[in-house]
Amino acid sequence: MIANLAFDFFSLILLTSAVMVVTSRNPVHAVLFLILAFINAAVLFLLAGAEFLAFILAIVYVGAVAVLFLFVVMMLDVDFAAWREGFQRYAPIGALVALVLFVELAVVVAGWTIAPAAPAARMFPTPDNVTNTVALGSLIYTSYLPLFQLSGIILLVAMIGAIVLTHRDRKRAKTQNLSAQHARRPEDTLVMVSAKLNEGATLPEKEIL
Amino acid sequence: MSGFFQTDLGIVILTLAESLALIVPLLIGVAYLTLFERKVMGAMQLRKGPNIVGPFGLWQPFADALKMLFKETIIPTGSDRLLFMIAPMITFGLAVVAWAVIPVNNHWAIADINVGILYLFAISSLGVYGIIIAGWASNSKYAFLGALRSAAQMVSYEVSMGFIIVTVLVCVGSLNLNDIVMAQRHVWFAIPLFPLFIIFFISGLAETNRAPFDLAEGESEIVAGFFVEYSAMSFALFFLGEYANMILISAMTTTLFLGGWLPLFHCAPFTWLPGPFWFLGKVLFCLFVFVWVRATLPRLRYDQLMALGWKVFLPITLVYLVAVAGVLEYLGWLPNA
Repeated sequence: MIANLAFDFFSLILLTSAVMVVTSRNPVHAVLFLILAFINAAVLFLLAGAEFLAFILAIVYVGAVAVLFLFVVMMLDVDFAAWREGFQRYAPIGALVALVLFVELAVVVAGWTIAPAAPAARMFPTPDNVTNTVALGSLIYTSYLPLFQLSGIILLVAMIGAIVLTHRDRKRAKTQNLSAQHARRPEDTLVMVSAKLNEGATLPEKEIL
Repeated sequence: MSGFFQTDLGIVILTLAESLALIVPLLIGVAYLTLFERKVMGAMQLRKGPNIVGPFGLWQPFADALKMLFKETIIPTGSDRLLFMIAPMITFGLAVVAWAVIPVNNHWAIADINVGILYLFAISSLGVYGIIIAGWASNSKYAFLGALRSAAQMVSYEVSMGFIIVTVLVCVGSLNLNDIVMAQRHVWFAIPLFPLFIIFFISGLAETNRAPFDLAEGESEIVAGFFVEYSAMSFALFFLGEYANMILISAMTTTLFLGGWLPLFHCAPFTWLPGPFWFLGKVLFCLFVFVWVRATLPRLRYDQLMALGWKVFLPITLVYLVAVAGVLEYLGWLPNA
């Protein structure tokens, strides 16, 4: 009873904030609503008993991805009027994409009842005495290990690609080289020269480089 | 009577009472932490610290709180009013909410949940939003620069903190904080995982924006960073949030590495002291180191800060994780194997 009410409440907030993401005029507000939507999705996972997924969603999406997203959007200098200019031109394409998604969803929901045993297997995937995290871990690292490693490699390639695209070798910049600094000894830089009276001192030849 | 606490209403009342029993000491602790810091730093710098208000300056935190309460709240024109007011509440609220899962004694936690450590990590990674929203909503250059600095810093140090937590989890075999402490019955993790203990504490300094990583509020460059525009109670909430976060990170260090409520040795004179006192003592020790570091070390430059996080801590923690997992597997010490 309470769980159902909570589910309705959080789904309502989720849907509202999802609508606000699209309709808010200020892009920063839009991203903040997106974050609110993420948090509510995590809460829904929690209510469904998938606590590991819920917290991973909060850590990865809310704690890291959305921060960087917010970071970028805050730094953008957007002219809001120009931003909304192409609305009428792009609206039909957006509507088409939405329609395709809707049809796909309808097909999926319609296909749900074809196998009667499937819903039961979907609803209760974990045995009673095994926690969520253990069940997920033992599946991913045994049956689905190749897929897991494949997704890891795809992410690695994406990361290397991003680094290659944005890397600039700034030769003129003065960056600190900590190991070079620590490796420096007095004898590398310091010469003791005794100065005679009225003559001064000159440095040995090789040191003036 | 015990039957009543099994009903829905009973559970709600019990949880409220438990939360109150945790939050009130926490807030008093936060208030006295400010005094503790000023006293300890005074002693380190051959000063007396606050000593006028009350005996030994003991009423100083309350005097400060009253001063803050009676000041005027100023909301800058051009700021985003709603977000401006919400930001300090987020910071302070998250710092308090995280305490729900910290075990003070065996099974003494408001919520003894299966994924306690993930909860803590998730809440502490949300902490950055209070800062970044404050910086943006203030509509001021300095506040924005401070917010950007601290956002980048917190995201960077979270990565190595995550790997350290995973290493501890490999040794424990459970995400439950109670199990993590109980796994340290024989030896505290601070001993076999000593380098990680140090790195975790340093990352904790960075995560709470404390010296020597307090670039977010570097007063010599960007005035006071993300909270330049804040005054009165909204400023006080940021201030309290920072100190509550310090206590939280100390409690996390205690739970993960210093054996939580467990006594130093399991023999007579040490077991006389009940668990919560051991927990408090260890948290106090961590807090003392926090203050000690602040009084001793100069602030890092921004590129040094980033280099330390990504080029030193991240490789060390990654290699240590693989090494620990390998050693445990080789010796057959993996839990639940």
